[in-house]
Amino acid sequence: MASISIKSVRKSYAKTEVVHGVDLEIANGEFIVILGPSGCGKSTLLRMIAGLESITSGDIAIADRVVNALEPHERGCAMVFQNYALYPHMTVAENIGYALKVAGMSRADRTAKVAKVAGSVGLTEFLDRRPGQLSGGQRQRVAMARAIIREPKVFLFDEPLSNLDAKLRVQMRHEIRRIHNQIKATSVFVTHDQAEGMTLADRLVVMNKGVIEQIGTPDQVYHHPASIYVAGFIGSPAMNFLSGQVSAAHSAVTLGNGSRIALPTALATPHDGALVQIGLRPEAMTLTAPGMGAFDASFDFAEELGMARLYHFTFEDLTVAVLSANKPAVVPGQAMGLRIDPAAVHLFAADTGQRLSAKPQVPAMSEMV
Amino acid sequence: MIERSPILNIVTHLILLSGLILLIFPMYLVLVAASLDLKDVSAIPPKLFPGDQLWVNLVEAWDKAKFGEKFTNTLIVSVGVVTGKIVLACITAFGIVFFDHRLRMPIFWCVFITLMLPLEVRIVPTYAVAANALMPFQVLLDVTGLTWAINAVSGVRVALEWNLLNSYTGLIVPLVATATGTFLYRQFFLTIPDELVEAAKMDGAGPVRFLREILIPLSRTNIAALATIMFVYSWNQYLWPLLVITDQSYGMVAVELGRLVPKITSTGGEVAKWNIAMAGTLIVMIPPILVVIFMQRWFVRGLINTDK
Repeated sequence: MASISIKSVRKSYAKTEVVHGVDLEIANGEFIVILGPSGCGKSTLLRMIAGLESITSGDIAIADRVVNALEPHERGCAMVFQNYALYPHMTVAENIGYALKVAGMSRADRTAKVAKVAGSVGLTEFLDRRPGQLSGGQRQRVAMARAIIREPKVFLFDEPLSNLDAKLRVQMRHEIRRIHNQIKATSVFVTHDQAEGMTLADRLVVMNKGVIEQIGTPDQVYHHPASIYVAGFIGSPAMNFLSGQVSAAHSAVTLGNGSRIALPTALATPHDGALVQIGLRPEAMTLTAPGMGAFDASFDFAEELGMARLYHFTFEDLTVAVLSANKPAVVPGQAMGLRIDPAAVHLFAADTGQRLSAKPQVPAMSEMV
Repeated sequence: MIERSPILNIVTHLILLSGLILLIFPMYLVLVAASLDLKDVSAIPPKLFPGDQLWVNLVEAWDKAKFGEKFTNTLIVSVGVVTGKIVLACITAFGIVFFDHRLRMPIFWCVFITLMLPLEVRIVPTYAVAANALMPFQVLLDVTGLTWAINAVSGVRVALEWNLLNSYTGLIVPLVATATGTFLYRQFFLTIPDELVEAAKMDGAGPVRFLREILIPLSRTNIAALATIMFVYSWNQYLWPLLVITDQSYGMVAVELGRLVPKITSTGGEVAKWNIAMAGTLIVMIPPILVVIFMQRWFVRGLINTDK
């Protein structure tokens, strides 16, 4: 077990820089999920921790030892790959025990250890099979067992669940969390799936275009997104955005068509006159009669989600989605009022996309570190 | 596009059948000729049905050409060539595919160029090298003036010499380098997912270990395919042994078979014993045929690369 310290790490391929200076402190035993769209540099960052990718500049330290120049196996990391990367010609037992064999452990010790680890992930009856004879979920378990058996200081997961079907993915997610609670090794998990990120992480790291947008607990990231990017990326159904201008006199944001969305005074006063993007989560709005809400919008269609219904409206060429558990009956084209809770309004600067808040502004990164 | 109609089926089968006959018929003639006595084999028109002299002819061919000794020689050379080719091709491809270094492309192109320069094309320089394997180094010393310098300083004239003529080494080594094999391996190595290489790195396996415990077991079918092709290739070597071997105790079967075939120059006044020559041909054909039959399953799998 170990802490990981990443200091202004950059990565360039030839002249293109893909990771633009990342700082991240990971505490001992923490489960960190790096979340971002494909091509945001999250996998590259993980591979730099693993030692599979060289570090262009900056330092990565594992357990207070800078590992920049160390070979992957010397860093004490174990990695679970997206495509499992099992050795096709070896049995499950040989796959799990290969690292120990390389390390020179005797056959008897190895067999005992393999049996123990295989038992903990439910693979005991498959030890003599080849990876080709296993299902996706079982292969994923073998990959996990192969990582666990090395008793690594750090677990690295590179989108390990993205090749599994939806049901199995949830099941394996629980399994990973259960294993983490058992062995408490520091874990870094890379994914583009926000559900995985929200459910697994102690802390989430949201990356975009080679930089960290926000670091925080899933709750913080969801309720206090640091930028318009994070706000739009996290949350399903996605957040709605409207543009307008803050007016301290009305303690509101004035939209293009003159309607006003009320803000808490503490939020409106310091940003008077600022051009802003307002972020509204679908669940932060309620439906009401026309004229009774902040503004009226014309109903398009609804999506049934079971426990609630998602209503899609058109407002000023924009689509606005509202989640309602009451499921009122609305016909297409009908105008409805949208009532908005002032406390649930997210405000972002129109030019920088950064969050505007009532508190004196604290950079999101230092919030947690 | 797959089209099935009875007429098309018949036509394709006829084409296949005629191809088969074209291939098999000469073999059949060999078998027939090998089973006739001297009178019948020289008869005109040639006989198309086997006689009863097969065993007699086989025995005579075997004794006359000293095939016992030649088979041993050829087997030694073939096994040497096959092993050498596989090892060299595997290591070369390993170096080209898995290591990112400056010489990667130059090496690749050098190997590629050898495809265009088979042994037959460079036979004279290759012979010169075989006659003295250290000659390239001698030339280097001469050209750089080192020979002269050493001579001037110590009074010793450097003359490097390592004669490979009339030896197994001389037969094997020039045949070992193989561009085909290297490419076969390269293509296979390219199909190995990067993640597998990375997993091995994470497990702490170094390059040699990775080659030995992961790549080689995975490329078993490739090895079988390459071994089959290369065994037949080296078993049938004619030109090179003809050139470097003058001592017949190192002779190879194909060359010896050549001597069995009657020529105007070699028979003198003797009768052309085609039946014996054909019997010898039959004997020489057997080992490659056996190898192909036994290796066929692996051979096909190795070439189409489905076993992964």
